[in-house]
Order: sequence, then C-alpha cells, then structure tokens
Amino acid sequence: MILKANFSVMALEIPSTLEQEIDERITHYPVSKRSAVLPVLHALQHHFGYISEEAVEWTAKKLDLLPIKVLEVVTFYPGFRQYAPGKYHIRVCRTLSCAMAGSFDLMDSLCQAAKIDRSGVNHHHPIAVSEDGKYSIEFAECLASCGTGPVCMVNDDFHEKVEDAAALLGQYRD
Amino acid sequence: MADINYLPGKEPHAREHRMIFRNVDRAGWDTSIATYLKEGGYEQLKAALKMEPKAVTEEVKKAGVRGRGGAGFPAGLKWTFIPPNNTKPVYLICNADESEPGTFKDRYIIHQDPHQLIEGMAIACFAVGAKLAYIYIREEFPEGAKILEKAIAEAREKGFLGKNIQGTGFDLEIYVHRGAGAYICGEETGLIESLEGKRPYPRIKPPYFPAAMGLYLCPTIVNNVETLCHVKHIIQMGGDEYAKLGTPNNTGTRILCVSGDVQKPGYFEVQVGKVTMGELIHDMCGGLKPGRKLKAVIPGGSSAKVLRGGEVFKIKRGDAMVDVSLEDIPMDFDTLAACGSMAGSGGVIVIDDSRSISWVLNNLNAFYAHESCGQCTPCREGSLWMKKITDRLVAGQGAPGDIDTLDSVARQIDGRTICAFGEACSWPTEAFVAKFRDELVADTNPGTADAIVNRETLLAAANLAQ
Repeated sequence: MILKANFSVMALEIPSTLEQEIDERITHYPVSKRSAVLPVLHALQHHFGYISEEAVEWTAKKLDLLPIKVLEVVTFYPGFRQYAPGKYHIRVCRTLSCAMAGSFDLMDSLCQAAKIDRSGVNHHHPIAVSEDGKYSIEFAECLASCGTGPVCMVNDDFHEKVEDAAALLGQYRD
Repeated sequence: MADINYLPGKEPHAREHRMIFRNVDRAGWDTSIATYLKEGGYEQLKAALKMEPKAVTEEVKKAGVRGRGGAGFPAGLKWTFIPPNNTKPVYLICNADESEPGTFKDRYIIHQDPHQLIEGMAIACFAVGAKLAYIYIREEFPEGAKILEKAIAEAREKGFLGKNIQGTGFDLEIYVHRGAGAYICGEETGLIESLEGKRPYPRIKPPYFPAAMGLYLCPTIVNNVETLCHVKHIIQMGGDEYAKLGTPNNTGTRILCVSGDVQKPGYFEVQVGKVTMGELIHDMCGGLKPGRKLKAVIPGGSSAKVLRGGEVFKIKRGDAMVDVSLEDIPMDFDTLAACGSMAGSGGVIVIDDSRSISWVLNNLNAFYAHESCGQCTPCREGSLWMKKITDRLVAGQGAPGDIDTLDSVARQIDGRTICAFGEACSWPTEAFVAKFRDELVADTNPGTADAIVNRETLLAAANLAQ
C-alpha cells in the first residue's frame, strides 16, 4: 500500500507543551524567525507523524511567513512526510557500502516480515505501509555508518549489522 | 595512551594515533561533562581565552590543519577571510551533516565525545569573534542531536558557554539545528540557506563566500566536526608541535573510515600520510575476503574518483617523477590529488572482484540523482540521465553507445554548476568509465539499438530497470 498525500485531516490540535517547546526553539534564532522552519516542522512531524496542510499553515502563521515558504521546504527535504507512516517507520540505507553489505536483501526480508508491498513506490512516493498500518518502510540514502552495514533506523532508533529482519521487527510489536 | 582501556574488541590498531578518537569506544567513558572535566576538559578553552583571538588563529594557521569535511582547505586560512573592516556579526557553523557515502567519523565524535566538539567550537568562535554558533546536524542523528543539546546545557551551566564565559567578557551561544535528510546541506552555502529556513539551494561564489557573505549575509565560518575538534588539540599542543604530526602540508591526524569488501571495516585515526593504502587495507582492515582480489578503491568518499586495483600512478616526488602503485599511496591530501583523486572526507570504499562495476556505479548514480537539488540544469538532468543509463546497463539493456553517452553526460555537468555537487556527481562516472571501460562495454547489449536520444526509449528502459 502506497500512501499519497492526504489533507483531509481534522483541525490541528497543538498541545500546550508542544507549543511551548516550539516557542523555545524559535528563540534559538534571534536574527530571523524563518530559520525556525525546520525545527518547527520537526516538532510537528514528531507529534503528528507527518506534515499536514494544516501543519504547514500553522507553521506559516507562527513564523509570519506565507504558507508556500513552508510548503516548499516540506516538499524538498526527504526527511519530511506529507502522509502518515506506520506506527514504526523503517528507513533502510540504500547507498553503496550498505548495499554491498546486503541492504537490498534486508529490505526484501523486512517487507516480507512486515507484510509490506513496495511495488508501487517511486521518487515522489517512497514510503510503503503495511496493510495493518503498523509498519512503513523506505530506502534512505547513506545513514553514515558504512562500516557496520547493513544499517537501518526504526523511528529514532538506529540498528547496525542487521541480519535478522524478523528479530528486528520483534522489538517493535506493540 | 597506556592508561586508557578500550572496550573489548574495539581496541585501536597499533598504527593508530588516537587524538580526536581518544575517547571513542573507551571503557568507562561517557558523554557527561563530569567525565570530560576529569580529563582536563575545557582547559584549552580557558587557555585560549587568555590569548588574543588573532593569536589563536595564528596557532591554527601554523598547525596547517586542512578541512576534514572534503575540500581539504586550510582551516586557519579560512578564518582569516573574514573582511578585516567587518562591522557585522560573525557566525560559526559546525557542519555535522556527515552525508558523504563512505564517511562515518563525525557520528562517533557526536555520540561519544560531544564536549570535545563544543570546546573546539568555543575556541574557534573566540578566535573569529562569533557570539552565535550553530551545529547543523543531519536529521538521521536524532540521538546525536539530543546528546549535543544536553552537552551544551551542561557546558552553559558550568560557565563554558553563555554570557561572560569564565569572567572574560566573551559571550557565546551554541544551538543545535537539525537538517532534514538532504545531502546538499553538506555544501556550505546550501547548509546556510537551509539554516535560514529555505530550500538548500547552494549560492554562487563569488560573491557568496561564507567568510564574507554567509548566514544572514554576515561573515560565517563553516567547519567540519572533525576540523573543529582538531582546534582544541592545536591549542593544547601549540601549532608548531601539531604540525610535526603527519607529513609536510598534510599535518595532524585524520580519521579514515573503511567500508566495503574488507575483513574488518571500521575507523582508524592515523597521522596523515603515515599509512599507505596497502597498509590500511591489508594490515589495519585485515585484508580482503578470502580468495578475493582488489578491484577498485574509492579513496575519499563516494565523490572521489575511483582508483583501479593494480594501477600505477606517475607522480612528482621532489624533482623526479616516480611510479607509485595503488597500495603504496600514502593516505594524505596531496598524493591522492596527484593520483587524480582526492582524500576528500576520509571515506575509503574497497571493492573486490566479486562486484560488478555497472552495479557499483549505478548505486552511486542513483544516490546523486536522488540528491541533486535541482537548481542547475546540467546537474538536475544529467544526474538522472547517468542513473537511467546505468539502470539499463544493470538490467542488461544497455546500448553499445551507452558508455560514450554516459561519459559525455558526465563531462557536460562537471564545471557547469553553481556548487561542487556537479563535480561530485560526475566524477564517479568519469573515473569508472576511464578505468573500467572494457567491463562497462561488456555489460552493454549488442542487440539494443543506440537510440538513447529518444525519450520514449529512455523512459521504457528506465521502467524496465525498476
């Protein structure tokens, strides 16, 4: 299942703690609030799982920018998603050293273990999600641990020399 | 270093000279400031604060340390490019975007010895007069970003950052800024655009040399993580003493990261130029896998031009021209440049005879096609064309003329773009074609028509390859 941008979400509810965190981040950029676009988007994506249209508008308002100035950032960086990933989002390193160490096989076995069909992914929709929505997966470019390939990330966790896909997923069941 | 114990199985190789990586994989070491202070942490910052800022820069210049991010430009010299009559604020940015395939050194500094980096940054900020600095860290190091933020908070609490540091009147704030997964943010002007909250489209030089017109169009120094760590050691040793490490014009230590087809891949901190490629691969990395032959080495990150196993290079040594085999190349900046490649970021990727060159090149081309920012036409279009052509080769659908086309596409990117990504993406193709033409040609399919100018054919072939 390949997820496409989905903007039909409920209005954004920002918990006060999240807004406080964001306000504090903005103070790191005393010269230009616009510099806080990436940190604000990171905070929103961390909370909501992806950047919705409402999140773009909220960010723009927060930083006194036109929404397009935020959207152009969201669409450029591979690290921002416009659609919800699985509860556990897996990024497998695709680049040379990891590929030599078997990252394409790892991708296949992770997809098999997590029941993910990647046949429809492309440059604009790189993420595939399992039918139950629990896992999603994409190839990432070099994760900077070339000596311990194949490597992958599951949400914010980093895993090196991953050999057993099922055992890895076993750590992320609930 | 007899007093240091390393974790079992993680002991440094006897040929290493651990300075920056002194505390990496060290038993009993952690990232807290208490641990760092116990071993003389922040003493070099205190020492530097007693010097004139210009004298600090002078020591770094004398040390001759060259940038460890890829370009190998002398760091001290870079600092002096801030216009002397400058009245604007000066910024310093630590480039922790570590994204050059094959490179994995900054990861360990950030995750295991964050205070070393912060101390180096604080000294550098004092030298160049920066009161605000950022660590631009790649998004894929979420844990690293947290470790750095905790370390910054600790340093602030102990009076090594913040207002009136150690009572000297010097103020400095350092913040961590996370990227979002784009390789181009490792290019310093792209990084600056990204830090300004924009798409990271690199700026054209001139006029946008960061030291004159960088962040918010103010003078900005951008240095790599490892380079900034060296600053601390330069202050500790003195520039002249530091310059005795390594070889002339290639001073100090550097961390070589080896990956690919070797028995023991890993990181090795060595004196620059004191270890040869052969010693690195066959001794430090335990050699190739059983029964395998060395086919190729990418010596300085994926953008560095590939060297062929068994290749002999004619280089100038003193006044004479001498033959140097691949294995005899000292791992320094100048010799690798003389051999037509570069020391780059220190990422060495070893390729043995079990690998298909078409497959290796295709993997790299896919990387560059994905990472081109799209600003300049030759790079945006060319990087994708190079990927599509090697896609075809790998799928057994390459036309006989494809290798010439591949080379011609690469040569139309190189030198025709705003930033060095143009070279970074075309050099692998240029070098692989130059050195492995026969194998690439052998991977083409004589039955396929030379019709690559036809867009339909190209698209169909690319779909085939997917």
